[in-house]
Amino acid sequence: MNKTINQKAWFFVIPVFVLVAFNAIIPLMTVVNYAFQETFGNNVFMWEGTRWFKQIMLSERFHASLGRQFLFTFIILFIQIPLGIAIALTMPKEGIGVPVCLVLMSMPLLIPWNVVGAMWNIFALPDIGFLGHSLNALGFDYNFTQQIGDAWFTTILMDVWHWTSLVVLLSYAGLRSIQPAYYQAAEIDGASRWAIFTKIELPKMKKVLTIAILLRFMDSFMIYTEPFVLTGGGPGNATAFLSIDLVKMALGQFDLGPAAAMSLIYFFIVLLVCWVFYTLMMRNEEKS
Amino acid sequence: MSLELKNVEKKIGLDTHIYSTNLKLEKNTINILLGSTLAGKTTLMQIMAGLDKPTSGEIWFNNENVTGMKVQKRNVSMVYQQFINYPNFTVYDNIASPLKITGVSSDETKQRVGKVAELLKLSGMLNKKPNELSGGQQQRTALARALVKDSDLILLDEPLANLDFKLREELREELPKLFENRDCIVVYATTEPSEALLLGGNTATLQEGRIIQYGKTLDTYNKPNSLVSAQVFSDPPMNIAKIKKSGDQCSFLQNDIQWKTKLNIKDGEYKVGIRPHNITTYKEGNNTLEIKGKVLISEISGSESLIHFTNGNLNWVSLSNGVFQKNVGDEMNLYMNTDEFVYFDQNERLVSNG
Repeated sequence: MNKTINQKAWFFVIPVFVLVAFNAIIPLMTVVNYAFQETFGNNVFMWEGTRWFKQIMLSERFHASLGRQFLFTFIILFIQIPLGIAIALTMPKEGIGVPVCLVLMSMPLLIPWNVVGAMWNIFALPDIGFLGHSLNALGFDYNFTQQIGDAWFTTILMDVWHWTSLVVLLSYAGLRSIQPAYYQAAEIDGASRWAIFTKIELPKMKKVLTIAILLRFMDSFMIYTEPFVLTGGGPGNATAFLSIDLVKMALGQFDLGPAAAMSLIYFFIVLLVCWVFYTLMMRNEEKS
Repeated sequence: MSLELKNVEKKIGLDTHIYSTNLKLEKNTINILLGSTLAGKTTLMQIMAGLDKPTSGEIWFNNENVTGMKVQKRNVSMVYQQFINYPNFTVYDNIASPLKITGVSSDETKQRVGKVAELLKLSGMLNKKPNELSGGQQQRTALARALVKDSDLILLDEPLANLDFKLREELREELPKLFENRDCIVVYATTEPSEALLLGGNTATLQEGRIIQYGKTLDTYNKPNSLVSAQVFSDPPMNIAKIKKSGDQCSFLQNDIQWKTKLNIKDGEYKVGIRPHNITTYKEGNNTLEIKGKVLISEISGSESLIHFTNGNLNWVSLSNGVFQKNVGDEMNLYMNTDEFVYFDQNERLVSNG
């Protein structure tokens, strides 16, 4: 077959290219630019090579916030994924309950992030907030603005409240796509409820769950607004996750070079973890 | 051994899915439920299996009332239109799964799985997972799961419907052999008359939640008790025309074609059903009654040709062996076999076979 040569086709690519350039490539390259130089303003730059990268990689402050970040992400995944599946399993499969449940479930997802933070801040205030006041009335010494454990507890509770719905909705979609014949076949075999869950439902939900875990990992690893509004990273630096620490460094201390280096490292960690996770899941997929 | 449905009825809300049904299936028989989609085949099977309860009526198995008994206690197996296997199990574990739950020893399991796998040509792929197999092999695995335990009742719900043509033909030929020498009742649901004819046994024709006719497959085919039953058991659909009988002379109401009949019924108007393969484009055997037609559509299906034509105000379908190409609007002669005409009275009940 003869292909006609028509270079005009490039014109169709240009808009996309320009768009991507403005929203991704140019900002990213600016950060790369900062990461290798020192500046004192007035557009004066001095070449620093990999100094900022070395500094960040060796800095205890970075290690601490990275550690907090992994711990937080780990805990919320550990709670949200099983909880989401459990809720999806108990949701009605037909009738008026379905739309009611779906709408109620998606409510937290529709609330803007800073509103979630503000809501929980007021909700958890020890003197006037419903949660904080009730806990104290019940005899717990609860104060999320001063006690590290309470701050973590509140942040995790807020994230679970905000995001478990996403796992529920994805799992529910996965469950609904299993044909009824599978359940009948299991019933004929006399399989137990647990066997149905592990042998049919979980394997059938695998793809959807991969997406859920991946999305929840990325989102929670980049969490900023909600804890910023809720605790502001405190008490001390107890809930200063990577992004909060990064903003402090970039805008609070105006250390543009190290902050830029840190953003790049941050970016590569997210990329790396997602890639490793995805390849592992997909390799499993091929095997089975 | 027998399975008996007594006045079984199934309603969901205000909809009646199965009208009061009586049916007795005997031991060592293949019973085909033939009917279009939504005729009630699947509902009927689920009631037979105990997966679903009838709204009223009883199910008796071996002279024991099993209505409402749980399916696990009934020793049934079922094969579905979709290929239902445990996704994470190997073929071996899938086939062995019904045995494991009943606590058969591992040696015996091994031997029985091996035997049934050989029967279904799965011996080479026992270590594979279902999604590594072709559709045909997946369905073979599902069949093997159904056959590995000595079920009293094996239900197959359109097991070949999701397979492509070649695989369907292949498995269809093997099926009757699989059920030979088994001490069980087989129920097989299908939408295809040709499948019923190939499997033999008994056939029940269903329409809109009612069993229209039940009997030996060939009897049901040759002596449909009503026009509905004949239509269910005819693919492509049967040609229906109104006729007038006077003495031993019959003629179509819409044209002047006449033929003699040996039927001993009183004179009057009747309906005649003519299966498409009893109208051919050439004279052959007893196909001698000439009818003129104007071609509407001509299509080739395998090594047969379907010609839709008009005569009078009616559309007709003919099915001839061989491959012909006719143009739309062509005038042609076709030939009918009057011996195979099926006569129905005004109430669409069979009068007699001509």
